[in-house]
Amino acid sequence: MSRMITYRDALVEAVTHEMRRDSSVFVYGIDVADHKRIFDSNKGLLEEFGPNRCFNTPLSEDAMTGFGLGAALNGLRPIHIHMRVDFMILAMNQLVNMISSFRYGSGGRFKVPFVVRAIIGRGWGQSFQHNKSLHSWVAHIPGLKVIMPTSPKDALGMTMAAIRDDNPVISIEHRWLYDALGAVSHTAETQPLTGAEVIHPGNDITILATSWMNIEAKQAAEVLGRRGVTVEVVDARSISPFDETVLVESVNKTGYCIVADNDWVHCGFGAEVAARISHTCFGRLKAPVERLGFAPTPCPCTRPLENAFYTGATEIIRTIESMLKLSPTDLSGEHFFSYEKKFKGPF
Amino acid sequence: MSYPGLELYKKLYLARRCEEYIVKYYPQNDMKTPMHMSMGQEAVAVGVCHAVGSTGLVLATYRSHAAFLAHTQNVPLFFSELYGRVNGLANGKSGSMHLADPDHGHWGSSGIVASTIPIALGLAFAQKRKNTGATTVVFFGDGAIDEGSFWESINVAALMKLPVLFVCEDNGYAVHTPSKKRHGYDSIVDIVGQFRCATFSDDSNDVESICNMTQQALSIIQAGGGPVFLHIKCYRYLEHVGINDDMKDAYRPVEIQEAWLKKDCLVLQRLRLINEQGVEEIVIQQLEEQVETSIHHSIVAAKQYSSPDPSQLFHGVFYEEN
Repeated sequence: MSRMITYRDALVEAVTHEMRRDSSVFVYGIDVADHKRIFDSNKGLLEEFGPNRCFNTPLSEDAMTGFGLGAALNGLRPIHIHMRVDFMILAMNQLVNMISSFRYGSGGRFKVPFVVRAIIGRGWGQSFQHNKSLHSWVAHIPGLKVIMPTSPKDALGMTMAAIRDDNPVISIEHRWLYDALGAVSHTAETQPLTGAEVIHPGNDITILATSWMNIEAKQAAEVLGRRGVTVEVVDARSISPFDETVLVESVNKTGYCIVADNDWVHCGFGAEVAARISHTCFGRLKAPVERLGFAPTPCPCTRPLENAFYTGATEIIRTIESMLKLSPTDLSGEHFFSYEKKFKGPF
Repeated sequence: MSYPGLELYKKLYLARRCEEYIVKYYPQNDMKTPMHMSMGQEAVAVGVCHAVGSTGLVLATYRSHAAFLAHTQNVPLFFSELYGRVNGLANGKSGSMHLADPDHGHWGSSGIVASTIPIALGLAFAQKRKNTGATTVVFFGDGAIDEGSFWESINVAALMKLPVLFVCEDNGYAVHTPSKKRHGYDSIVDIVGQFRCATFSDDSNDVESICNMTQQALSIIQAGGGPVFLHIKCYRYLEHVGINDDMKDAYRPVEIQEAWLKKDCLVLQRLRLINEQGVEEIVIQQLEEQVETSIHHSIVAAKQYSSPDPSQLFHGVFYEEN
């Protein structure tokens, strides 16, 4: 038995489910309990669990991250929310110098069950301080788990699993995914925190995508599918640890790999994936691994420049055509960025 | 121990002698960890930790030998950690800067200035939820009050009325820069006092005064009055990091050092025991010998343990269910 829910409602269900199940779970952060409830992803928590388990904080990301560390060390299970990933940068000392190494540096005497939810912004002029992903920054640090749920199934199941995990988990959510509809099982079920997943099967070329780029990759796969080119889209799901098993299997089958990352290319997750695939699938690759991502600039505000900054289905299609030596597809009738129709600002 | 001041003296003596042993053995190059010595400042840690007692939760800094020893008195594992041995507090992974012993109420130390201050908020929040009545104590130097994290944390603690005792161990220098070259204000206590946070100050270097002051602070916290800030002046005898005297570097005036040496916390307390509390010299000597022996045994024992096997490198990054 399955049902359809939005990514946003999956987040609400995950946290509600875990807060009912375990009284040590609490949610806090800037404006988590205001009337907007972080784009409604905290709907109903204050009403059901009260202000001791769902509360707003001062604009003190650094101290409130350390607060979460102290609470986690002392038996609670905090969920700290940042409305934008960019704001999480103010908490980097606690995340990178303290939380990541606290267990290791104690010889295993402590455990740190701590979830950070951080949201990637895009569109309507978000520009250069409201659009970052930064998953490669945090994934670089041993001791932090980093996940990027794309489907409602993972928003529900990975968030539940992150809350139950006895380690720090940073969950990076794309704002555009919040209205995505998807199937989940009738009862709330956890999903594994690692392991990539094939979300669109194909035989001709593999795309490993992160977060929103899965939507773009699937659209590209659908367009090319009409020409008889079958594209396999693999959702990375977790950035750290990253389990390449499913990806390797796919690339060994197709011989081609594109990494479509919701981030800048230079020193990004795509480089890690490309290195692993080059190493593991060396003899099977028919072309070098290609990487797609943001333009190497800060993100501009105005729409024409913003369009040029982001990579999407069109660039994925053109890259596939180039790798497979296909003639260009006529894209004049295609409508991409479909979820953006839901955005009319200010967010 | 029938004399109230003797236990305080014992803790001072323990901290001082442990560090004197470090000075003695460090040149053998078997304790390979950066040492930030507490020597001279012991009255702060001992006075505060004694008042807080074993139920208190303590967080400290990289200059935390005295706070660690005063609160846990876990001398054997302290030395095992400094020697990087497998039986150390963190199996040799932390060294001097990240001492922690949660079984004895010590929740961590850090090499990043001010970084344990916010952890105290969360520890205290959890204690408040559990309704244990325990107080969380966080030690930090006067360099930490230059950090934004300190101000964020004072604000949060006052706002949320958290049972936190903030203890500023003010030795006058952040690394080598004196307070007056770093502060755009004259009195930290006046500023912190503007928050809903009681403040106390001390510059006596007298362990009993510090202990009594802490007890007053604890009574405010335990009555639900929110956090308290202690500003305690002290003097670091040795260099910022390392085991040497650094007066030759001439960044600290000799006359200031002389004034502090005249009120060395061990000398003050020893004289008080004899002159005011009627403790016989022989009783003090026996106590000192007992402490001396325990330290000596701890060092000998620590050195007999092996270093961790290289395979331990990969152990403990994540918590994993068996």
